[in-house]
Formats: sequence, C-alpha cells, structure tokens
Amino acid sequence: MGEPLMVVEDLSKHYPVSEGQYGGRTVGYVKAVDGVSFTIEKGRTLALVGESGCGKTTTARLVLRLRTPTAGTVRLEDQDVHQLSGAALKWFRTSVQAVFQDPWASLSPRMRVRDIVAEPLVANHRVTKEEVRERVGVTLEKVGMQRWQGDLFPHEFSGGQRQRVALASALITEPRLLVLDEPVSALDVSVQAQVMNLLKDLQTELGTAFLLISHDLATVRYVADRVAVMYMGNIVETGSVDQIFETPRHPYTKGLFDAALPTHPRSRKEKLEIKGEMPSPLDPPTGCRFRTRCPAVMSVCENVPEMIEVAPGHLVACHLFSPRWS
Amino acid sequence: MSFDQPVGTVNDVARSAPVLEVEDLRTYLYTRWGTTKAVDGVSFTVGSGETLGIVGESGSGKSMLALSLVRLTPEPAGKIVGGRVILNGRNLLDLTDKQMRAVRGKEISMILQDPQQSLNPVFSIGDQLAEAIRVHERDLDDRATHERSIDALKSVHVPAPERRLKNFPHQMSGGMKQRIVGAMAMAYHPQVLVADEPTTALDVTIQAQYLRLLKDLQRRTGVAIIVITHDFGVIAETCDRVAVMYAGRFVEEGPVEEIFDQPRHPYTRALLDSRPKVDVRSTRLQSIEGQPPSLIDLPTGCRFAPRCFYSIDRCVAEYPPWFEITHAHTAGCWRSEEVPWASR
Repeated sequence: MGEPLMVVEDLSKHYPVSEGQYGGRTVGYVKAVDGVSFTIEKGRTLALVGESGCGKTTTARLVLRLRTPTAGTVRLEDQDVHQLSGAALKWFRTSVQAVFQDPWASLSPRMRVRDIVAEPLVANHRVTKEEVRERVGVTLEKVGMQRWQGDLFPHEFSGGQRQRVALASALITEPRLLVLDEPVSALDVSVQAQVMNLLKDLQTELGTAFLLISHDLATVRYVADRVAVMYMGNIVETGSVDQIFETPRHPYTKGLFDAALPTHPRSRKEKLEIKGEMPSPLDPPTGCRFRTRCPAVMSVCENVPEMIEVAPGHLVACHLFSPRWS
Repeated sequence: MSFDQPVGTVNDVARSAPVLEVEDLRTYLYTRWGTTKAVDGVSFTVGSGETLGIVGESGSGKSMLALSLVRLTPEPAGKIVGGRVILNGRNLLDLTDKQMRAVRGKEISMILQDPQQSLNPVFSIGDQLAEAIRVHERDLDDRATHERSIDALKSVHVPAPERRLKNFPHQMSGGMKQRIVGAMAMAYHPQVLVADEPTTALDVTIQAQYLRLLKDLQRRTGVAIIVITHDFGVIAETCDRVAVMYAGRFVEEGPVEEIFDQPRHPYTRALLDSRPKVDVRSTRLQSIEGQPPSLIDLPTGCRFAPRCFYSIDRCVAEYPPWFEITHAHTAGCWRSEEVPWASR
C-alpha cells in the first residue's frame, strides 16, 4: 500500500426530508452517504462505482468540501478539510480540484479558454499577468492543446477538447488530488479513449492522485488502481482493481458485472442475477441494504454486515464471508 | 419473469422477407450556416423478428435517420428530400400527415432516449396511455380503454398495473418510465420498433433488464427492432445485424458476429478497438485522432479518409462503392480486402 494522501473515515451525509405546506416538519432523513471510509494513495486512482443514487457523487462533493458532512472526517495530509480556514483553506483549494461530467455545462460560455484555465490560479494566488500567461500556456500544452487555442471560446471546441480545457483548468494549481466525476461519459466513444489515455499520461507525469466517480466498469478497469463499490450510501466491497474485477465477492458487485453489456455478441449472458430496482432511499431495508435484491439472501442478512477482509486489501461487507459461517 | 430467459443465439441474417425497406433516404437540415446532410443516401432492410443495430457517434446522423423513419424530423429545418421508406407495400414518405398518424404506433413505433421527455409530467400514466390508444380507436369506451391500458402495462411487466395508471411520471423511476414508454409504443403490436438510445439514460442493472424486455417483446410479437446507439455493448447484447454510420452514410453492414470478429472498414475497427474492456486490463487504448467532418462541407472522397490510418490517394479522390465481403457483409472502403485484419 502506498502513502496515503486522503483518508476518509466514517463519512456520512444525511439530508432531512420535510413535509407540510412550508416544509416545516422533518419526517425523515435520506442517508445519501452513510458511514463510508476509504483512503486515496498518493499518485494513485481510487474509483467509486455504483448506480445512480448510491451516493458516489455526494461523497465526491463532501471530499471537495462542497457539502458539510453529518458525521465523519475527510483528512488531506492529516488536516481535517472541513475544519480549515484562512490560508489553510487556500492550500486545500489549490490541492484538490475537480473535473465534471458535462463540459458543455462546466465551462462558462462567455469566458475565453485562457481565462477559464487561469481562474483557479488567479483566485488562490498572487500572480503577475506574465506568470499567468506562461502557466496557462504550459498547462494547455500538458493536456495536448496549442497555446493559441487559449484565445478561443468554449463553443469553438468539440466535447473532447472542452474536457481537455476543464482538465487544464483543474491542473493549473498543480493539485495533489483530482476528483473526476464521470469525466468521459458525456463524450463520444472515439474521444473517450483520447481523454482516458490523457488522464493516465498526466498521472504518470505529474503524480496526481485521482478520485474517479463512474458507473462504467470498463472505464474503471482501465483507469483505476483501487475500486470501492457503493450501494445505497454504503461501500459494499473494496479492493485492488484486479481483485474486484477478477474475484468479485459481494453479490452486488457480481450482479453489476453480470449486468454489464457484453463486449462481443458471443459473450451474451444467460441470466440476470439482480432483479428489480433500488428501494426508496427514504425507507431503506434494515440490515444489509442489498438484501431485497440479493440472489444469496439469508435470514442473517437482517443484521448489518461488517467489513470482512477476504484477501489482503480486499474487503467485503457481506454475511456470506463472515467467519461464523465458514 | 420471462425476460430472465436466455436471449438465445444470434439470428443468421434476416429470418424472413423484409418488413421495412429503406432506399436512398436523404434528410437534410436547412440552417443559416448551410445545408447539413444529416442522412445522405441510406439504404437498408429489416426482417420481422430481426434486430438491426445502427451504431455511430454523435453527429453521424443516426438520430435524424430514426426520426425520418417515423417522419418526425424537426420542422421547419429538417426535410426528407429523397428516398423511400416502404412498409406494408407503401411508401411512408408519400402519405399525408393524417395517414401517417394512423401508421405511427400501429405499424411503426418509436422509443426515445429519455423517458423524462417522452412523458408529459402533468398527466397520469393512465391518461397518456389512453391517449395513445384512442388515436387508433377513437370510439373505445372508458372501460375498454382501461383494460387495453392494463394489458399494455402487463406486456412490459410493470408490477401492479392498476395502481400505476393513477401515477404521474415523477412518481416512477427512470426504468419504470421507460417501460411505460415501451408499453405505449407496443400497445398495437407494430411491425417495426425504432429504439433510439433506449437505455442510455438508465442504470447498468436496469439497462440489462430493459434490453431483455425488448427481446422478450420481440419473441412474443415478432416485431422488427431497429436499435440506434453509440454503444457497442448494446449492439453485442441485442442485435442480429449491424450497420455502422459515419457522417450521414452507412460505411459497413453485416451480421453482428462478423462485424465484431472481422470488421472490414477502418472506422468500425477503430471504434471497436477504442473501447476499454471489462474482462481484460488494457495498457493503452487505441484512439481515433481528429474529428468527424462537418456535415455542411463534406469531402468528395471517403468521409473517414482524413482520420483513417489506411488512407491512400484514391480514398481522398473517389467515394468508395460497396464491396461485398460475404453475402450479407458489405463495406464501403477501397482497401477493405487488401488491408490485413487481425481477428479479435
């Protein structure tokens, strides 16, 4: 295991649900993220995988300090990021940056690319115009663009190029951690490969750690080093990318692979293991949250499963692997 | 439920005589920047019980092709300027709007990508299904309409259909809404179903269920399905035949296994190679450099030539004709036979 960069412990975010004409009465909580722990190593990629509503984006927002957690901590190099202020906060904002899914929505249409790219630098540091120009130029070249393209506006670029602009803007402060929320899912197939290759090259070159949020297993397999699978606000399985893809243990993880579309018509699958849909997050099942859809459900699943280490670094929250049963 | 049953083997070419024949279809968009040739001479056929996949990137014209088949191209910019769409012995492009309304839903139906946009948020599911039914049976009384609606929902395995009829779209999940859309499209057992990115808005586990549902409907009704998608996974899961679309035209067409095993057009091959795989860890992905051409100002030669690794002078000068690879597999590439193709 490498050196930890960010340590997340027991992180939770519960949103109150209110009722009544003016929303005065709180009738319950949606536990979007509920007791999630993980570590991001320096220069490596952790992927959070799951379906919509599993809490992966909320986790990303908590990590980015865009939401305040209900409980738990996010530590970047031993500093609790939700307790930061003043200069330490500026340090955090330059150390952690994000790239979002939709480059049509994330870039201001009225700003030139060079100003978009410069924004995080200008907002957090005192820099001269010459320095800004130079840094913008260097960063654009890093993401495979030309310096003169900084004079253009976002609408003059295709999706893949826009995502490069978003990436340049995120990288200009030389962050330690980049949060990538579905960075290629809005792009065309042929362009996805370009951007994924670029991400891998940048990581090798700059040593930036990535937190990759994705629902696409193929992307995860290509980019990530470690994987955490989320279901209804919990991490149900975590391990190295090879452990998760070659020996998935949790029935939900297996079901995700099972539901993934085949890469070849001859590998069409016979049967789907996971049935039905995710239950309402307002009223999640007690015990293991996956038990309502699980093909291997047992009576013990009414109890909350603990994380069990099935191989070094490979943890599964499932009663099937409880030592009491084997 | 029946959609858990195995999908079965891939059909060998068309099972029966074609139900839908498309000949040299051209749909242009007239914009202030010029004329966009979104669909520029596309021909194909689909047989009953067969699934044809049309795969392409955004801007390839695949959605405009789908809309042209049901004559729902955006007005006034979009115009079908040529070609024929033959269904049940007549050209759909010759019909009046009123005649076409009777055909839509009864002979040919469509499912769009986002169920959120296909359903009206202020009407209940029951009202919307009833509307779809009364287009074809205006005199049906309330009770019969109700029964029809319940049958339609049952056919797409919606649990508790009576209760669902009173629901509004916002009360349902995306997967359930897409099923309702499927129920509307299939209520009159059309012979052809056009599904434009039917599962792109759905989650992985729901997507797999939905594709199986479509296959199940096909087995029961023999509907010919045209799946429009950018995702080779959807193609691999559902299709019997595939057509690859680039810059308004088909560049390769053939049985699904042949296309995956030995693509003969460089574009098809590049697309297949650029996909990351779930089952193997790739060290580096092949990417296609450059951008698709503008559909306003198209090159005279092969439209993929500027991005093509195998391009020669002839590719730039002359548009390639169709080369027959096997009896059902054709590719529009000058070098389709001479370029060595490693089998995957």
